[in-house]
Amino acid sequence: MKPKIAFFDFTGCEGCQLDALNLTGEELLDLLNAVDIVNFREVMTERDDDYDIAFVEGSITRESEIARLQKIRDQAKVVVALGACACIGGINCLKNHVPMEEALRTVYGKDAKYYDTIPARPANAVVTVDYYVRGCPPTPTELLKVVKALLLNKAPDIPGYPVCVECKMAGNVCVFERGMTCLGPVTRAGCNAICVTSGRFCWGCRGLIDDPNTDSEKDILQKYGLTVDQVIDKFKIYNTYAEVAK
Amino acid sequence: MTQVNINVHQLTRVEGHGNIVLNARDGKIDELRWEVTESPRLFEVMLRGRYYVDAPHIASRICGICSISHTTASIQATEAAFGIQPSEQTLLLRKLLYNAEILESHILHILFLAAPDFLGVGSVFPLVETHKDVVLMALRLKKLAYNLAELLAGRKTHPISCMVGGFAKLPELGELKAIEARLEQALADLEATVELFKTLSIPDFTRETEYIALKDPKEYAFISGQIASTDAGIAPLDKYLEVTNEFCVPHSTAKYTKNKRDSYMVGALARFNNNHGQLLPRAKSAAKELGLSAPCHNPFMITVAQLVECVHAVEDSISLIDQILTRGLKEENNEVRVRVGRGIGAVEAPRGILFHDYTYDNNGILTSANCVIPTNQNHNNIQKDMEGLVPLILSRPEDEIRQTLEMLVRAYDPCISCSAHLLSLSFK
Repeated sequence: MKPKIAFFDFTGCEGCQLDALNLTGEELLDLLNAVDIVNFREVMTERDDDYDIAFVEGSITRESEIARLQKIRDQAKVVVALGACACIGGINCLKNHVPMEEALRTVYGKDAKYYDTIPARPANAVVTVDYYVRGCPPTPTELLKVVKALLLNKAPDIPGYPVCVECKMAGNVCVFERGMTCLGPVTRAGCNAICVTSGRFCWGCRGLIDDPNTDSEKDILQKYGLTVDQVIDKFKIYNTYAEVAK
Repeated sequence: MTQVNINVHQLTRVEGHGNIVLNARDGKIDELRWEVTESPRLFEVMLRGRYYVDAPHIASRICGICSISHTTASIQATEAAFGIQPSEQTLLLRKLLYNAEILESHILHILFLAAPDFLGVGSVFPLVETHKDVVLMALRLKKLAYNLAELLAGRKTHPISCMVGGFAKLPELGELKAIEARLEQALADLEATVELFKTLSIPDFTRETEYIALKDPKEYAFISGQIASTDAGIAPLDKYLEVTNEFCVPHSTAKYTKNKRDSYMVGALARFNNNHGQLLPRAKSAAKELGLSAPCHNPFMITVAQLVECVHAVEDSISLIDQILTRGLKEENNEVRVRVGRGIGAVEAPRGILFHDYTYDNNGILTSANCVIPTNQNHNNIQKDMEGLVPLILSRPEDEIRQTLEMLVRAYDPCISCSAHLLSLSFK
């Protein structure tokens, strides 16, 4: 029997789920041969609460979302965090730097009382997560890679080394040489350094590598006359949760 | 005694979370509500204190479908604040990139989210069996839009190369030429989609409202122009707060808006009603084939107007690539000088007019941000449409009423994640 797959969205832009539809006809047909998609609110009306594999997208930012995610964990054999918000908290956590009451007041003014929100957190701050599809957004290739791995009950082959390795292989001029700050040295690879290859720098959306060499990062900063604060400021964009948790 | 009790919790095939509630007894409506339940995102708080370089990157994450719209509005707000006038080359590339988003987002809505209603199924997946050619065509058009965006900005969802001042990387002319050939082929796919839509029956319901869109005397406006209203005429961008008038309602995490009437509409049909004369020739003839003529007051025709805009976006892309191939591309100086100031960026996101309003300090740090989202501007109009539609269909079976209401909301292609957000009150 084909495993039943469900997609669930929490707080986020839903770009990860939509990119999951960015497959070629062939890839989609192959995927539908291997699995049954039983629950995917964004694109289908039918809902089936009997599923084996749950993809969860978005950060957890409400009390009600904690309960919903726990229920999903109870049902699913495998839980996959899809995208930066679910994997590491992502940009939603930027609001955690401001007290929640003040944040709500800033946005909704005197009507702030209507709204329920808690500091944003990744899925694994609430339940055990089995697989991670990283990035903002993840690449369709990596999504398919993780789906294949979990269907075979194997660990997917996701790099543990920093973005710099892929960036060098892509033949890019180092961002620091171009006078900008980059999080490539401490960020997990797997994106083929797409942001640097596209002319920019790494924002750290795939999260920290397992054992970041912070001394080496400090040496780099010193060499290029940058301060730790400048890097921390960039680091906050996706990795506020890791920073606060430390 | 006949009772109708409809409670559609978390409407499917829309972006984000919303509910439809209808309770009626003996032909009398007790309760009828479009509720927005998306979690508050608080983007204005996230943007405050950020460096200008990161503002479009963060703003892009407001929405995964219209990330190019938010990125472009954010870039334009920042450029307006700093007094930067983008080069002609940058504008050509931005318009081309923008067309990729219009095409991708509209195709997603027309063929993946809306079409299943007309073909009597719950999602696109069963269509893989019954309408394989339509599904493959939809995937092909989406892929083309993705590849066009990839070529210009590194990727479609959360674009990379487009930034304040210009583009960090330029496409190869050869690649532009190659994708132009695919755009020519896409016109045939769109013709097939037009043929398909001619066979579908669109619900007949009209309710005139105010239609608001950007207007540019030079072209069918997507990323330039001033605010045009079918009721109130033209207003400059810096009057946007007087047009949108956002307010909070207890059953919704998104804000609502109104201008001259109880509500107004933004999006493809609002653009069509304001700017139809500026559509390119093939788009005009597609509109004619599909029976869409201005002014059109049937909200179910939004999907049809989107299809017309897809044709326009492809035609326009071919013309933009021709212009780029003729003039060539050269590396430009994208240096940015920050300054204290406020700037407003406005674009026509696929779902309608979008405003970003930023204030910077003298270090290029955002001191406040305000974004007014298209779907927010439509929520109130959706509610008023439901109030107009339900009495006309209340005697029908409950399932049919539910289906029709779902189709009405879906026609607006609501993007609820975007809309449950933010507002800084600093400019009020």
